Amino acid sequence: MEWEVVIGLETHTQLQTKSKIFSGASTAFGAEPNTQACEVSIALPGVLPVLNKEAVKCAIKFGLAVNAEIAPRSVFARKNYFYPDLPKGYQISQYELPVVGKGSFTIQVGDQEKVVRITRAHLEEDAGKSLHGDFEGMTGIDLNRAGTPLLEIVTEPDMRSAAEAVAYAKKLHELVQWIGICDGNMQEGSFRCDVNVSVRPKGSDKLGTRREIKNLNSFKFMQQAIEYETRWQIETLEDGGTIHQATVLFNPDTGETRAMRSKEEANDYRYFPDPDLLPLAITEQDISKVKAELPELPTAMKVRFEQDYALSSYDASALTASMAMADYFSNLVTELLKSGIGTLKSSEYPTAEAYAGKLAANWLMGSISAKLNEENKDISACPVSAMTLAGLLKRIADNTISSKIAKEVFDAMWAGEGEADSIIDKKGLKQVTDNGAIEAIVDEVLATNAAMVAEVKAGKEKAFNGLVGQVMKASKGKANPAQVNEILKKKLS
Amino acid sequence: MINSSLKQLGAMLQAKQISSVEMTREFFKRIDQQNPDINAYITLDQDKSLAQAAAADARIAQGKAELLTGIPIAQKDIFVAKGWKTTCGSKMLANFTGPYDAGVIERFDAAGAVNLGKTNMDEFAMGSSNETSYFGGVKNPWDRSRVPGGSSGGSAAAVAARLCAAATGTDTGGSIRQPASLCGFSGLKPTYGLVSRYGMIAFASSLDQAGPMAKSCEDMALMMNVMTGFDERDSTSLDRAKEDYTLDLNKPLAGLKVGLPKEYFAEGLDGSVGKVVQEAIAEYRKLGAEMVEISLPNTNLSIPVYYVLAPAEASSNLSRYDGVRYGHRAAEYTDLMDMYCKSRAEGFGDEVKRRILIGTYVLSAGYYDAYYLKAQQIRRLIANDFTEAFKKCDIIMGPTAPSTAFKAGEKADDPVSMYLQDIYTIAVNLAGLPGMSIPAGFATGSDGKALPVGLQVIGNYFDEARMLNVGHAYQQVTDWHTRMPEGIA
Repeated sequence: MEWEVVIGLETHTQLQTKSKIFSGASTAFGAEPNTQACEVSIALPGVLPVLNKEAVKCAIKFGLAVNAEIAPRSVFARKNYFYPDLPKGYQISQYELPVVGKGSFTIQVGDQEKVVRITRAHLEEDAGKSLHGDFEGMTGIDLNRAGTPLLEIVTEPDMRSAAEAVAYAKKLHELVQWIGICDGNMQEGSFRCDVNVSVRPKGSDKLGTRREIKNLNSFKFMQQAIEYETRWQIETLEDGGTIHQATVLFNPDTGETRAMRSKEEANDYRYFPDPDLLPLAITEQDISKVKAELPELPTAMKVRFEQDYALSSYDASALTASMAMADYFSNLVTELLKSGIGTLKSSEYPTAEAYAGKLAANWLMGSISAKLNEENKDISACPVSAMTLAGLLKRIADNTISSKIAKEVFDAMWAGEGEADSIIDKKGLKQVTDNGAIEAIVDEVLATNAAMVAEVKAGKEKAFNGLVGQVMKASKGKANPAQVNEILKKKLS
Repeated sequence: MINSSLKQLGAMLQAKQISSVEMTREFFKRIDQQNPDINAYITLDQDKSLAQAAAADARIAQGKAELLTGIPIAQKDIFVAKGWKTTCGSKMLANFTGPYDAGVIERFDAAGAVNLGKTNMDEFAMGSSNETSYFGGVKNPWDRSRVPGGSSGGSAAAVAARLCAAATGTDTGGSIRQPASLCGFSGLKPTYGLVSRYGMIAFASSLDQAGPMAKSCEDMALMMNVMTGFDERDSTSLDRAKEDYTLDLNKPLAGLKVGLPKEYFAEGLDGSVGKVVQEAIAEYRKLGAEMVEISLPNTNLSIPVYYVLAPAEASSNLSRYDGVRYGHRAAEYTDLMDMYCKSRAEGFGDEVKRRILIGTYVLSAGYYDAYYLKAQQIRRLIANDFTEAFKKCDIIMGPTAPSTAFKAGEKADDPVSMYLQDIYTIAVNLAGLPGMSIPAGFATGSDGKALPVGLQVIGNYFDEARMLNVGHAYQQVTDWHTRMPEGIA
């Protein structure tokens, strides 16, 4: 039987506010335990929550970014349960009426675009941390994190492979950073995913029983966990077993998922509206105010890139993967166009923009990305600025150097040796375009390669290329290849 | 001195006829004599109080005194006060010292009032007789075999026995008004949101409201001027302009339309209490008020609704007392769950446990719609009853409590009969309206003892100034509020 996996995600994004969602305590990561736990964080008798307006703004930003309904009235509810790192004995969350309603989100999987539906996103507070390792026979409680604002983003079960789920998570991860609501630091737990996985016979429209993989904090683990879980569920069903709804954890050491100890009874959280907080009212005005502060969103920018620079969907998607990447690309293209570069080769491209765009995209996704990957760096840490790179591309376009020499100059720029022009000068890499000088080299090569000349005359195309190569080599790569071709052809005809 | 008004006490202090330290010592002398029997206070700290009194004297000397500067005020032990033991009447918090000041405490401190001590109360404010306090019952100064009412029973007894100049209380279902009625003084529960709940230990958050307990409406007006005001630390606090509650005190009452809800004079009201209330109403007629019969048809639903909503909120509010960070923790336990269970089993009394159980039940999956949600709907109907009524009248009057003070132990094992004590007061909390009780005379019980009876005055939202005016006018022509129990002098 052919199986289909069905995946939905719940992502906890820690919002980048200075203070906690219901108190003035700092949210900075890494402080000594319990030094950022004010009277509200530790739930002293008599304290009350006061909603942080910045957290609401973050939720509105997200709602706008995924084209979602933003509730004019949403309600904070108490989720009641006992745990030592939950100081009030309840978590303030949103239950029946979340701040962000239905929305949608387009992801790129290979060459394909896919729409993932967002079910809802709601504001809530994080719990503290239980430290099990540090005290013999006891558990330590650190309430620094208690009350940190979270936006929990829930999708419909729209993904059909681990690759799609990871593509969604990555895209979401970029988006929340793009709109400035989350620092995206997965190591510190700022972006944590719970993945619901079920399988069903292909073609069936009934959902299988799902198991929830909790707290995945890397895309690699997410991929592995979903793949393992999918295999396990299919094998279990094929062996005649049944899947029971469960919460599972992924063990990166074994690469396996395992069900958490199942509780004898399901938790009844006894949700009810928190009487300490008024319903959250959001007006059209509030929304337009936030809208005005929102940067151009990646989806809009992607479309614009496709139109303005005649880029493929794939290229445009890659170039809008992060704001730093998009900024780099935009700066590079602007710089190229400013120098009038596009007009030189416009016959090959419909517009100057298309030429500049393609050139910039090729370099960014080619040499720059390769180098960054090699050194495990982000585009924001790229040692060659857009301006510097533009200097190099200009010299390729105006035939000062060949593409081959460009590589050498690029490496030198990467190593911090300066701007393209000064490197070309210093190393004497300027392309030879003087016909006389090239002819002299050609004559010399023809004289010393009689056998190859004979082959060319016998009609062997390959030998011609060999001669070009010899000329280039003799010129140390500096001869203009087009001119070399032309002169060689003339001499051999 | 002990029967002087706050205004008179303030004048004495500012004229330097007496210092705040002397005045405070005077009250401590009385407390030393009376409190061992009455048990109105849980915590007294003379050093702290006298230090505040000395600071008040310095302030008076500098000419920077406000009306309450130097006056000793008793604080219900529900308000967290920095450096003060704050127990909320519970074993759970018997070892808890406040690390910060409640909004109400801050305001009295800023006014220069002296915190005379923390008063006894029903555990977590759950009770109508003060008998659920971990620190023992409080005796009604009018008859020490009787209860003072609750939950603000300690503050009530302290005001009635003149063991403070005035006191604070909190009222979730009648906890200021019912003890004021049973102990023969004036108590006011303001409109929900007028007084900050920050630092007031929560019982039922959507109903809890702090207010003054004092010898007269004029005193309460002065207290209200200190207590009310926006507090950004309480999201349910109302951001509105500050009022001076003394301004309207002397307005004439002619033309005042008083609504008398027929449901408040029906079955269940003790005849002798009803008679006193009718006499008070007659007095108001003489003052020029016009009586209108009104109906609050959902009155009988207020108690069931309250006993769904208040326990629901309480069950969640009291979850923080888990023995992990502060408060009582069992000495021995086998694991986390055992620690929770034992700490809470030992730390909470029966009434608190009863309400946690009720609250947990009504919020549980499968019962939520039938109980909690239904109760919220009826709560709206009850509020609508008042909205309709206030179209016909300016103010509502009736009894505060169905009977006079009952004997200690009489209702302790009969929770439903105890809950019925609040039949006339609870709807006011559910609607968020202001309610007040003022002394209206005495009713003689079966044993021949004359016991105080309170008249309840219910106002529209933010109509406290008018209510105080209505009470003050009555207190200008009657002397019930100046009467003191025997044996306290």
